[in-house]
Amino acid sequence: MIEKKTNISAMTVLILGLSTIALPLYLTIVIAFKQPSEMTNSISGILSLPKAWSLNNFREAMEITNFWNSLKNSLLITGLTVVLSIVVHSLMGYALGRNKAKSKFYSFVYLFIVSGMFVPFAILMMPLAKQTAEMGLANWFGVILLYVVFYMPMNVLLYSGYLVNIPMALEEAAKVDGASTWTTYWKILFPIMRPMHATVAVLTALAVWNDVMTPLVIMAGSGENTLPLAQLNFQSQFGTNYNLAFASYLLSLIPILIFYVICQKQILNGVVNGAVK
Amino acid sequence: MKNERKRTFLLITIPILALFICFNTIPLIRGVIYSFTNFKGFGSYDWVGLRNYADLFTDARVGRSYWFTFKLAVVTTIVVNVLSLLLALALNSKIRAKSFFRGAYFLPNILGSLVVAYIFNYFFTYILPAVADMIGIDALRTSILSDPGSAWIGVMIVCAWQAIAMNTIIYISGLQTVPEDVYEAGGLDGATGWKQFKYLTFPLIIPFFSINMVLCIKNFLMVFDQIMALTKGGPAQSTESISYLIYNNGMSGGQFGFQSANAVVFFIVIVIVSVAQMKFSGKKEEQL
Repeated sequence: MIEKKTNISAMTVLILGLSTIALPLYLTIVIAFKQPSEMTNSISGILSLPKAWSLNNFREAMEITNFWNSLKNSLLITGLTVVLSIVVHSLMGYALGRNKAKSKFYSFVYLFIVSGMFVPFAILMMPLAKQTAEMGLANWFGVILLYVVFYMPMNVLLYSGYLVNIPMALEEAAKVDGASTWTTYWKILFPIMRPMHATVAVLTALAVWNDVMTPLVIMAGSGENTLPLAQLNFQSQFGTNYNLAFASYLLSLIPILIFYVICQKQILNGVVNGAVK
Repeated sequence: MKNERKRTFLLITIPILALFICFNTIPLIRGVIYSFTNFKGFGSYDWVGLRNYADLFTDARVGRSYWFTFKLAVVTTIVVNVLSLLLALALNSKIRAKSFFRGAYFLPNILGSLVVAYIFNYFFTYILPAVADMIGIDALRTSILSDPGSAWIGVMIVCAWQAIAMNTIIYISGLQTVPEDVYEAGGLDGATGWKQFKYLTFPLIIPFFSINMVLCIKNFLMVFDQIMALTKGGPAQSTESISYLIYNNGMSGGQFGFQSANAVVFFIVIVIVSVAQMKFSGKKEEQL
């Protein structure tokens, strides 16, 4: 067989295509550093680097949007949702996955929960805004509870699908040794499902981190923001100072960019696994 | 002990099921109940029977939002799938720096769509007209977002920019399932280039095509963040998506009951589209 050469036309397409991703990001960065007086309407002016790499825009944007508080809220909500999802959804996936084949009750519950995937947030949003307010859950904690419910259909589907490939013999062996079902689950099954935990963590974290609608509808009255919600709520305060606005946008993108640079492989694997399964 | 196992499973299932019912099933039922009332979101309300539903089908604004949402979903789905299939083919061919390109092309997908749309909003409003002015394209001298006829294209571009990343990665994993010897055997029979793609590659990645279609249509039908950041439904209500209309008029516009009816219809539409897609793609796969 002849060794194939680098595909030149594919390379050309890819490099050209990459500019549609690189250019918006480049512009975002330079606009975020520039001063309003540097903004001109010529192509060279648009593309030029800022005169000084001053962090003043970022400092000011942080103050206006209360950046550290929003970041804290986003980290708290995303972190807790991911942990709760892994624990709650894997348990539910286990209970339903192990029983749905032989029990009508469990197979009904399985279908009932998985069909929740079809329910758009639009129909839940108004009743949930009322309900969370009535229950005193119109805050970050309520948002976390809702996420655990919203991502349950997808994650239960993933976990119970994964369990099909884990032989019952493992559990039976533990049972012979006198371990309870509960102990067996945490000692044997939970660690075995690690690849699926990674997939669930990635999918849930990305979805929660970038979600706007749930906190917008549920936390509106609490005076607290997540990072994306802060961009929405403070949009008017930037006025026509787009440099300040872009500094704020860039700040809100930095955490996820860092996360992506560090865990790129896991993220790509997680997303593909989640979609294809 | 068999009973111990049964009890453990029940103790796991019941509380989690209760949580799910509390925050998914009950609000869903409440939404359906509100759709038969003239509730404004506060104060007292009366039953109005099916009037909200009757009004829904004659309401021009609701009709426009369905037209816009479906137009956006269909066009964006086509654009996204064509481009991401091309990109996936390029990314899967023999190229240098493969993992760098794959990583870079996925980047748009991890960024928050609200912020991405804010950034593009600025590009459409200031940079694109400035560039068009300089190179003399009259049609683009004003922001595409300010014209009711073209604003949806702006929304489409932003949606596609992010969705292409996701679909490309799924197509790549599809292309990797095609064994090299299929191409070698096909090459002997003269299947190269477009023929190779049409008769060999594409039929083998149809399951991945189905996944992408389902993902795309469902996500674009529920479009919200991009509308919020790009147009707020304007100009002249030309880019009001269904979700945006329900949020805007239902949460703060005093149409809680009426928009609940809209949401119920939207829910039914989503179910029909999803089931139809699953049936359709199920059939196609069987033929292979």
